[in-house]
Amino acid sequence: MEKPDDHPLLPLVARGVKFGINGRQIIKDVSFWIGSSGRTVILGPNGAGKSVMLRLCHGLLQPSSGEIRWGDLSIAAAREQQAMASQHPVLLRRTVRDNLLHVLRVKGVPRSERQALVDAALEQAGLAGLGARAARTLSGGQQQRLAIARAFVLKPKVLLLDEPTTNLDPAAARGVEELIGAIGAAGTKILMTTHDIAQARRLAADVMFLNDGRLLEHAPAAEFFTSPKDPVAAGFLAGELPA
Amino acid sequence: MRNEPRVSRAFGRLPVALALAAMLITGAVHGQPHSITVASTTSTQNSGLFDWLLPQFTEATGIEVQVVAVGTGQAIRIATNGDADVLLVHHEASERKFVADGLGLARHPVMHNDFVLVGPASDAAGIRGMSDVAAALRRIGESGSIFVSRGDDSGTHKKELELWATSGFDPRPASGDWYRESGSGMGATLNTAAAMGGYTLSDRGSWVSFGNKGDLEILVEGDERLHNPYSAIVVNPERHPHVHVREAQAFVDWLTSTRGQAAIAAFRVDGQQLFFPGAEPGAGVAGKD
Amino acid sequence: MNEFSSAVAAALSMIATLNADLIEIVLLSLQVSLSAVVIASIIALPLGALIALQSFPGRRAVVILLNALMGLPPVVVGLLVYLLLSRAGPLGSMGLLFTPTAMVIAQSIIVLPIIAALSRQTIADLHEEYDEHLRSLGCTRMQSIATLLWDGRFRLLTAIMAGFGRAIAEVGAVIIVGGNIQHATRVMTTTIALETSKGNLALALGLGLILVTLALGVNAAALVISDAARRRYG
Repeated sequence: MEKPDDHPLLPLVARGVKFGINGRQIIKDVSFWIGSSGRTVILGPNGAGKSVMLRLCHGLLQPSSGEIRWGDLSIAAAREQQAMASQHPVLLRRTVRDNLLHVLRVKGVPRSERQALVDAALEQAGLAGLGARAARTLSGGQQQRLAIARAFVLKPKVLLLDEPTTNLDPAAARGVEELIGAIGAAGTKILMTTHDIAQARRLAADVMFLNDGRLLEHAPAAEFFTSPKDPVAAGFLAGELPA
Repeated sequence: MRNEPRVSRAFGRLPVALALAAMLITGAVHGQPHSITVASTTSTQNSGLFDWLLPQFTEATGIEVQVVAVGTGQAIRIATNGDADVLLVHHEASERKFVADGLGLARHPVMHNDFVLVGPASDAAGIRGMSDVAAALRRIGESGSIFVSRGDDSGTHKKELELWATSGFDPRPASGDWYRESGSGMGATLNTAAAMGGYTLSDRGSWVSFGNKGDLEILVEGDERLHNPYSAIVVNPERHPHVHVREAQAFVDWLTSTRGQAAIAAFRVDGQQLFFPGAEPGAGVAGKD
Repeated sequence: MNEFSSAVAAALSMIATLNADLIEIVLLSLQVSLSAVVIASIIALPLGALIALQSFPGRRAVVILLNALMGLPPVVVGLLVYLLLSRAGPLGSMGLLFTPTAMVIAQSIIVLPIIAALSRQTIADLHEEYDEHLRSLGCTRMQSIATLLWDGRFRLLTAIMAGFGRAIAEVGAVIIVGGNIQHATRVMTTTIALETSKGNLALALGLGLILVTLALGVNAAALVISDAARRRYG
């Protein structure tokens, strides 16, 4: 096992994690070790349990058995240094600017520092002129970029993204991917889910392949895409499994 | 399209709105210094006497008068609880009992008028012009014509029941049939009688000022049993220390004074005098000027 | 129909001449009902939010009770407040009976369940939508309540206006606790009752028209605001 990159929340370790709801097992005994600070993509078909896995890592859901730890921290403590953007962004019924300010207020950022942080976040997300717009009147791509900008405004150590471009048209998706790339390049650990193979190829440093609640393969991207060891993963890459 | 966010600007005004609200609240809450509460009857209220009389009293003394007008029974209850400073009603027996029970200081007769028996012009019971009101009621009962009663324990109601008792005819078994108990003030009862084409007993003051007579007319008047005296009583401060005794006594004194009595006599509706001065030197109170 | 046209004429002439008595009565009605709504809102908005967010044993029963209390008959509230504030009653020493304060108290009680129940519903709906996001941010309970109350501001405003509409239209409570005293506790509804009982039907109807216009105006404003807000903020 390699030494994890120097990062307060790494390694992310999962041991025997199971999760079920209403009698249905969604995550069926998953264990992994993530030490690299590169972009980790959880890849798999729809219904594989990717969203649930992400939420378990973020602490929004509790495993029915097993354990998840970020570095030396408990899940709750780790969550304070993380931020998440969901597949369907939940934007407040306020302006774009106020959505960002809300995060700063909740986290107790002093009033004098807020304006600069908001401006920087808007700039980075390409939403510079839209501060006064009602957030829910933005286009799909803009809303997703806002959700990610909102997650990133305080530069959390880890950014979790759940299917960030699934509902977007290609142009909007490209904008979001650029934003993700820039954030990852600045040193933030990104853990994201997708069922889009091409996107995973573009963005992943390492890939976790999930199918039917089980982690079938976890490998660096280059290895995974050229010669996947797991037959189901190989089938998925070849387009034999529904995406 | 960039619309000016009018709605969100409105919410920037929230602090101002709250300040306005605070002003409204304090405005609604402030009480009255130098004022007394008089528990009186709907008949006196509806006649308009208070609108005429009270400003003259306030000008003379600087004391504000707030009148709560309800049925006599309820007025007495209010005074018993100490929620009023003065009681001004028109039922002698209840007034004497109030003083005898130690709830009031003394009974001061203030004014009088009379009751009238009104009914539809068609007068199915044939009582028009009768001089014996008890006999008239008897005819109404025997003919089963609609009679609307106050039914609210007021002075008028008590008088009505006394007259029925004198007539020897008991209307109560017919309650809901031709004997309709409205349970309301004089005005509402007159409304009901006018709408139903029924008979009712009313004080003259309310009758003359009533604005919806329909085809009702006075059919019986003048019987001395229809005499209607009003008295004022100051609520006993030994029972209720918070009573504004000085101001309350000033009010009663003014009513029984020459000026007050003249003011009462000067009150007219449609050219008719509705109340007649009836102050006598009451127990322990000399007529004041 | 003749009655009606004289009523309209009466109303218009009162308004045109800025009849002093009319203005006094309308202002008092607004003072009392607005005060009641403000007081009730200060309690009801956070209360509704708290019930929506905090689970506790018997919460279901509390929610049902709160919704049921929306139907509290004003005249019964009036009677209860009267018994409380009468000199013979427990709070008698405050001398509040037959004052505008008593009317504000009674109307606050009537309006509180309405605003609380609607607030609870609004916050519960928003909570479902926002819960994950707020938990992800690590919001405290107080922060969540504040966030949801503000984001629900338009629906809550509609709830508040519903409360105001109820308050300004009721007569049962204010006539009992206020005593309908001229120049002191006489409001639009009690004046209508009084003028009707004096047989001055045209005047009563005229006042009624003014009251209806006011009440409808408030409701219409509430609808316009909530509609505009929904289109803009989503």
